[in-house]
Amino acid sequence: MYYLKLIFKNVFRAKLRTALTVTGLVVAIVAFGLLQTVVDAWFAGANSASSARLVTRNAISLVFSMPTYYRERMRSIDGVKTVSYSQWFGGIYKEPSNFFPQFAVDHNNYFDLYPEFLIKPDELLAFKRDRQGAIVGRKLADQFGWKVGDVIPIRGTIFSGNWQFTIRAIFDGRDETTLTRQFFMHWDYINESVKKRFPRRGDQIGVFNILINDPSRAADISKAIDAEFRNSLAETLTETEKAFQLGFVAQSEAIVVAIRVVSFVVIFIIMAVVANTMAMTARERIAEYATLKVLGFSPGYVAALIFGEAMVLAFFGAGIGILLTFPMASGFANSPAGAAFASFAVSASTVWLQVACAVAVGVIAALVPGWRSARVKIVDGLRHVG
Amino acid sequence: MSDTLVEIKNLAKSYTRGDQDVPVLRDITLNIDRGDFISLMGPSGSGKSTLLNLIAGIDKPTGGMLRIDGEDISKLSEGELADWRASNIGFIFQFYNLMPVLTAYENVELPLLLTNLSRSERRERIEMTLNMVGLSDRMNHYPNELSGGQQQRVAIARAIVTDPTILVCDEPTGDLDKQSASDVLNMLKELNNTLGKTIIMVTHDAHAAEAAKRIVHLEKGELLDEGM
Ligand SMILES: Nc1ncnc2c1ncn2[C@@H]1O[C@H](COP(=O)(O)OP(=O)(O)OP(=O)(O)O)[C@@H](O)[C@H]1O
Ligand SMILES: [Mg+2]
Repeated sequence: MYYLKLIFKNVFRAKLRTALTVTGLVVAIVAFGLLQTVVDAWFAGANSASSARLVTRNAISLVFSMPTYYRERMRSIDGVKTVSYSQWFGGIYKEPSNFFPQFAVDHNNYFDLYPEFLIKPDELLAFKRDRQGAIVGRKLADQFGWKVGDVIPIRGTIFSGNWQFTIRAIFDGRDETTLTRQFFMHWDYINESVKKRFPRRGDQIGVFNILINDPSRAADISKAIDAEFRNSLAETLTETEKAFQLGFVAQSEAIVVAIRVVSFVVIFIIMAVVANTMAMTARERIAEYATLKVLGFSPGYVAALIFGEAMVLAFFGAGIGILLTFPMASGFANSPAGAAFASFAVSASTVWLQVACAVAVGVIAALVPGWRSARVKIVDGLRHVG
Repeated sequence: MSDTLVEIKNLAKSYTRGDQDVPVLRDITLNIDRGDFISLMGPSGSGKSTLLNLIAGIDKPTGGMLRIDGEDISKLSEGELADWRASNIGFIFQFYNLMPVLTAYENVELPLLLTNLSRSERRERIEMTLNMVGLSDRMNHYPNELSGGQQQRVAIARAIVTDPTILVCDEPTGDLDKQSASDVLNMLKELNNTLGKTIIMVTHDAHAAEAAKRIVHLEKGELLDEGM
């Protein structure tokens, strides 16, 4: 009781210093929370991937393609239900900075594989009927203010030329983990044009998207598919969509690791700042602590005062920081940069990590000053007066 | 009828500075009776505070014997010494050493937190003690809202609220003007006379020393023959 009163009174003694320290803590806790959320969001795409879907690509690398006739042979493999395909288009809409993923897909069945894309039946039909039609995700449409019927010019990079697509459908995500920032067009339309100009590049596809009957057989079916094309001109590599996405993530693993490291560096820095504040505070109060000891208070009590003060700072910093993380995260999620992520939501584990970091900051910051103040000899402490 | 409260025999204290031993007190022998009021005088650096701190149990001698009320306090552990101080010693400092974040009332309450008095018992004691030092109307003031003399009176209240046997005062008037100093000295005399507190006071000021019943001179760590 009295102990708490003394701690709180001490905390608010140097108001500016406390305010600055807490502000630093808030910034660090928010930054930590946002960076952790970025990492979560990064993996979210892979986590939402269905394990009932396989992805087959050229065994050498994603940049090499496969002939489309592979599809017929895949269909005959036991366990394979539907085979569709998609091709990275990689065009530019007005500015390169407007980047969003574009895929040329088999308009007939590609969306049968993706029930998480909620498309109105009449709009899907309109897309299938229009060779230059496009389907776009809700987030993307909102970002650029597109409506059904709008004609979108896209400058090709892999498939050179100025292309025009008419939006026929806008799809929503089934839940917030579904990415809705893609742009889909007819592969047939692209392929025809390619064939006209470069006959040898025609009928080639980047990946096959395969729906299987039984997710638990994914490994076997993948092997069977790859066996089918062993010793072919283009050997294949088949894996679950999740593994494929994680492979994508793994390519950027260095960045993810860097983000993780930075988030902990931020905490480490604020730890040093708070420790410094506590050290300054404890040094200024050496005589007061000595006086308490003269009165009969134990060295442990003095250490506990410093410890408690650091914990109060950490508590305020973490409390405000965690509360601010949510609006900041949703603000970021609604910004163009945040739109790149399917979901950018602060997870419970991130909040717990923030709490843990705050506790660690408080404890570690109090360690040295608390220990030192407890140990100072009374007579030495008293000599600090005047 | 002399009843010896503080027995000091061949007491020595030295500090180690680097690998050198610096003797501060040498061969001090002194007895202080219960109910005595003694002034310790001497030039700066003569070891007055050091001796006072030894008697108050906040520092430990390096030699000799120091027995208070029959107890050899140089043999107590740090923790035991803290408990011993809490129940036997009231300390008054030159610069009052009040907690700036606590009111006069709360400052006086501090030493009582180490007792098992109830909240209301504490209140009763604090109010009585603050009344004794004439600060009933300043209970909720913070130290920086009080004059030096008033702060020292709060410190006196804090020192006596636990009803200790001995009051040790290190230049209690050193930072006060004439009037406040004489108020404080009168208060100490009063505590000595009416409550029978044994008081050991370090002072530079010959006038202040006269408040005591007995004056002891220290010089270069040694006691001189008593002048009265
Ligand atoms: N912790 C310490 N370490 C080393 N030397 C010390 C320590 N404390 C005191 N001394 C030395 O002991 C001597 C006596 O100090 P003390 O404080 O007892 O003097 P004093 O008589 O109270 O002087 P003043 O009137 O200035 O308060 C001084 O020379 C001082 O430098
Ligand atoms: Mg002194």
